[in-house]
Amino acid sequence: MIRGRAHKFGDNIDTDGIIPVYAVNLTEPEELGRYCMANLDPEFAGRVRPGDILVAGKNFGCGSSREVAPWSIKGAGISCVIAESFARIFFRNAINIALPVIICPTAARQTADGDELQIDLSRGEIRNLTQGEVFKAVPYPKFISELIAAGGLVEHIRQRLQREQEPPRP
Amino acid sequence: MTLAEKILAAHAGCDSVEPGQFLRVKVDLVMTTDATGLISVHQFEKMGAQRVFDPQKVVFVMDHFTPCRNIESAEVVKKLREFARQQGLRWYDVGQAGICHVLLPEKGLVLPGEVVVGGDSHTCTYGALGAFATGMGSTDIAAAMATGDVWMQVPISLRFNYHGRLQPWVTGKDLILYTIGRIGVDGATYAAMEFGGEAIAELGMDDRFSMANMAIEAGGKAGLFEVDQKTLAYVKARARRTFSVFEPDPEANYAKVHEFEVSNLEPQVSLPHSPANAVDVSQVGTVEIDQAVIGSCTNGRLDDLRLAARVLKGRKVHSRVRCIVVPGSQEVYLQAVREGLVEDFIQAGAVVTPPTCGPCPGGHLGVIGEGERCVSSTNRNFIGRMGSPGAEIYLANPAVAAASAVSGVICHPQEVAKA
Repeated sequence: MIRGRAHKFGDNIDTDGIIPVYAVNLTEPEELGRYCMANLDPEFAGRVRPGDILVAGKNFGCGSSREVAPWSIKGAGISCVIAESFARIFFRNAINIALPVIICPTAARQTADGDELQIDLSRGEIRNLTQGEVFKAVPYPKFISELIAAGGLVEHIRQRLQREQEPPRP
Repeated sequence: MTLAEKILAAHAGCDSVEPGQFLRVKVDLVMTTDATGLISVHQFEKMGAQRVFDPQKVVFVMDHFTPCRNIESAEVVKKLREFARQQGLRWYDVGQAGICHVLLPEKGLVLPGEVVVGGDSHTCTYGALGAFATGMGSTDIAAAMATGDVWMQVPISLRFNYHGRLQPWVTGKDLILYTIGRIGVDGATYAAMEFGGEAIAELGMDDRFSMANMAIEAGGKAGLFEVDQKTLAYVKARARRTFSVFEPDPEANYAKVHEFEVSNLEPQVSLPHSPANAVDVSQVGTVEIDQAVIGSCTNGRLDDLRLAARVLKGRKVHSRVRCIVVPGSQEVYLQAVREGLVEDFIQAGAVVTPPTCGPCPGGHLGVIGEGERCVSSTNRNFIGRMGSPGAEIYLANPAVAAASAVSGVICHPQEVAKA
């Protein structure tokens, strides 16, 4: 169960907005987290409390393939991103590194900055405690759920490579 | 099936595929750069992988921040160099490298009908060759390096037909800016964009690369062109292995077909801060600029430099403007020297940099400051993209960028040069 305060952003938040280019050579999530959203809101990283939730509009994470974008969100202490929709590469990156990303247009639109949210990822349920509303997330396709269950792509591939390296049974 | 569906089916061992289907797709090439490659190497190691699936099919191109801009980028390139040496994979560094998306087609490393994944969002550029190419993040690229395949969901396909004959100074860049302006920055999200029509048949390869390159700016997963005689002439001079040509079926299923009449289209300018803010250059108004950039994976090829030189030759860059020309590769640079283009640029008062992504992602060699305005033949005008979040970026074709450098305000090339 995830619980935290909502930080609200608009439509088409791009990866240059999420992590500025001068920070993209960093590789540690905590370091990257200090620059999260720096181009759009320099105070953001300082305001986030661990577990807080990022809520955005359409096409969140459009632009570059830089995986440091979801890493920086994770590193800043954000536990989950809810959006009306996600850009394709960002969505893959987030799933791959086990940053929970939830597609839920109604929750994304109705949530106000500072609302207290509680999220049950396994049931795909978003509870807005401030407004007393409950929202259902768009469910993941089966394959994506399996990736998430494996703990992300690194673990998924690690298990596959191990299987493939085992000698064939007689 | 559409072009994208045919290529994916062939690489997944299926007779046919449908949008939404999940596939394990074999890749013909995996590419990454100094911008995102180091995380891929770390993830590759965490996956317990020992060797890349095929060293000849893994390419590292040092292009974003090279020649290295600072100590951090030097350390990144050092580590990538070491990994490339251990694995024996294809390695392009300063002196051989160019911008990855200019370099790979030039070297014949991407051919029609292939599937390519790259750790850079503009990997979709190779769709100009009739390949299915898409950008991915570092962890996906690590998985592809380890296994030689990727998971993919078959995208819906959108067809874009362009009709008519383009006016002088109107390029592939203008067609794609116009298209993004019409459908929006999420107008093709998760989709394969397929470009066609008689106006496309007239375009040279460099213009097609510019268009496929910016499919991602509409959210596209890929941007593809059918192979024609121009494509074959381009690849046959470079290919060192066989390839397959796929064609979309006449009854292929497109989620939407867009028909654009472009005979009267003007050069386009995308106003800050979105590529979708495309307007006719005559509608921009008086915008004084501080910098003009001609280059990038969108417009750093030979035809782009020739177009810019037609404007700049015999003229002078405005005293208030810095004009920066970035050839996309060593081959482009050398040919630009041979044709006298570099001399034209220098005589005009422009500076010519080594091949690099450089100013486009705000890396180096032309970062812009608070309150500055840049007209740029690049692909993104997001807040903070080329430097200060307080700067403004106007996207345009290389001729508009060059003409604006001369006049000091954003203008139609015909205002300073003859077509």
